[in-house]
Amino acid sequence: MVRATGRAVVLVVLTVGLLASVGVAVTVGPADLSIGTVWLVVADHLGLARSDVPPLREHIVWDLRLPRVLGAAAVGAGLAAAGAVMQTVIRNPLADPYLLGVSSGASLGAVLVIVAGVGSGVVAVGGGAFVGALTAFAAVVAVAGRRAALAPTRVVLMGVAVAQLCAALTSFVIIWVGDPHATQSITFWLSGSLARAGWAELAWAAPVLVAVLGLVGWHARALDAFAFGEEAAATLGVDVIRVRWLLLVATALLTAVLVAMSGAIGFVGLIMPHAARLLTGPDHRRLLPVVALAGAIFLIWVDTAARTLFEPRELPVGVLTALLGVPAFVILLRRREVRG
Amino acid sequence: MLDVSGVSWAVPAARILDRVTCTAPAGSLVGLLGPNGSGKTTLLRVVAGLLRPTSGQVTIDGDAVARLRRLAVARRIALLAQHAETDLDLTVLDVVLLGRIPHQRSRWSDSDTERARAVEVLAHVDLTGFEHRKWQTLSGGERQRVQLARALAQEPELLLLDEPTNHLDIGHQLQLLHLVRRAGITTLAALHDLNLAAMFCDTVVVLDAGRVVAAGAPEQVLTPALLADVFGVEAEVGTHDGRTVIHYRPPAA
Repeated sequence: MVRATGRAVVLVVLTVGLLASVGVAVTVGPADLSIGTVWLVVADHLGLARSDVPPLREHIVWDLRLPRVLGAAAVGAGLAAAGAVMQTVIRNPLADPYLLGVSSGASLGAVLVIVAGVGSGVVAVGGGAFVGALTAFAAVVAVAGRRAALAPTRVVLMGVAVAQLCAALTSFVIIWVGDPHATQSITFWLSGSLARAGWAELAWAAPVLVAVLGLVGWHARALDAFAFGEEAAATLGVDVIRVRWLLLVATALLTAVLVAMSGAIGFVGLIMPHAARLLTGPDHRRLLPVVALAGAIFLIWVDTAARTLFEPRELPVGVLTALLGVPAFVILLRRREVRG
Repeated sequence: MLDVSGVSWAVPAARILDRVTCTAPAGSLVGLLGPNGSGKTTLLRVVAGLLRPTSGQVTIDGDAVARLRRLAVARRIALLAQHAETDLDLTVLDVVLLGRIPHQRSRWSDSDTERARAVEVLAHVDLTGFEHRKWQTLSGGERQRVQLARALAQEPELLLLDEPTNHLDIGHQLQLLHLVRRAGITTLAALHDLNLAAMFCDTVVVLDAGRVVAAGAPEQVLTPALLADVFGVEAEVGTHDGRTVIHYRPPAA
């Protein structure tokens, strides 16, 4: 059930929270920059004010911190929303955006680019990851999509198989090459990190994120119809096969773009939907905007912690989300057992 | 009014429905009887437009179901399954409002009219005041009544029931069928319990191995010969207070 006013309040609070998180998170970091300096730089770039901040500091704020914080927001929002959609479409509360083999395909693609020496450049690695992700998803669909139905069980099984295969190939390549420098950059990437998020990556990710969130929101009520299964959804007027294809392809595309930017950051797409449902209930018209905003805020702060907790060393953000996510996951499983 | 004419449905290995013809006049409750595997559920799925008949046609008030769009079907035909299950933490009102989906104009919120409609159908199934109860806390009988309310919220011309009383005790079985009867909607109901069918149905259609073997008023169709033939049971059929009553005999040792 959706009460318009209650929904509006929650959305306003979360939107303000997101803006505030971005505003505060960019001021946090090793370089000693005052809040005033940071905001002045941002205001200058937005044409709202003129600053005389030295170029180096301006560079830190505008080219390093801001895109990174926005990257965290985009990845958090996208993974959380994609996870919520996957859990509904696959009808499995333990589904996450990586279920379609996207993340392991991305890892393999990135690793191949790095060892092939095409350039460990950000764009090349991201491109390799994106191609790898879509290739893995295409493989899942090619087998599971037989007779066009894309039945959930087949999708899950095939996703697991493809993920295992990609992981094995990734390990093989890393060991075969044995280049310590490559191994190091790969490991960091496999754990997930927003260190590489820049304006170029955001320029790719943001439009895809907006488009997919819009598409998913447009289908919110159709997703609700899946509550009692596909046949029930069909008798409520939902074209189940079309909706499933559309949403799985859209979330896979979004996940591929995000993973290409940040590596496979785990648990956000699994846990955030459940956390958001505690707040909104299962109605997708309420859930989807809340889960996206909450995911964005969550990852902004986890990433801020990851880059500042152990200064000057940086923790891969995926390590931190796993440390937070695993206990949450255990609680989730226990709740399910209690309910029977 | 539902009209099923010469409907067959086959998979490569077997013909599940074999030229099934039957009708349900407007406002009537038609029982679909037959042993396990006789094709009752398949026929319901064909009528619901979930399966496309290999041959033959299903029409509802003259419109071929197979030619209607999914949404158009959902506005006219509602299905109540044997057993509805979900992991989600839904309220009763959430579930009933699902039935409004085919009619909903806004993608973003439920109108007051829709909520009022939901409350109304809950009253019809004697669940007034249950709006905010959690689905997960309901008994089997309450769940099926909520699902019936959801189906009624679809404002269907035709209601399809697939053994809706299977998991219910006798009190709830009687209650559910009474509520269906009271709704006054043209209904095709697959039923297991022949006495219940005799009690509530205007006519019954008996399927065996995908074919219609008998159809008509319960007292004419449910004869000892048919019960022996189709169900393989020995029984006496009598009347009590003007109702057809079936007494089964235990299988010969």
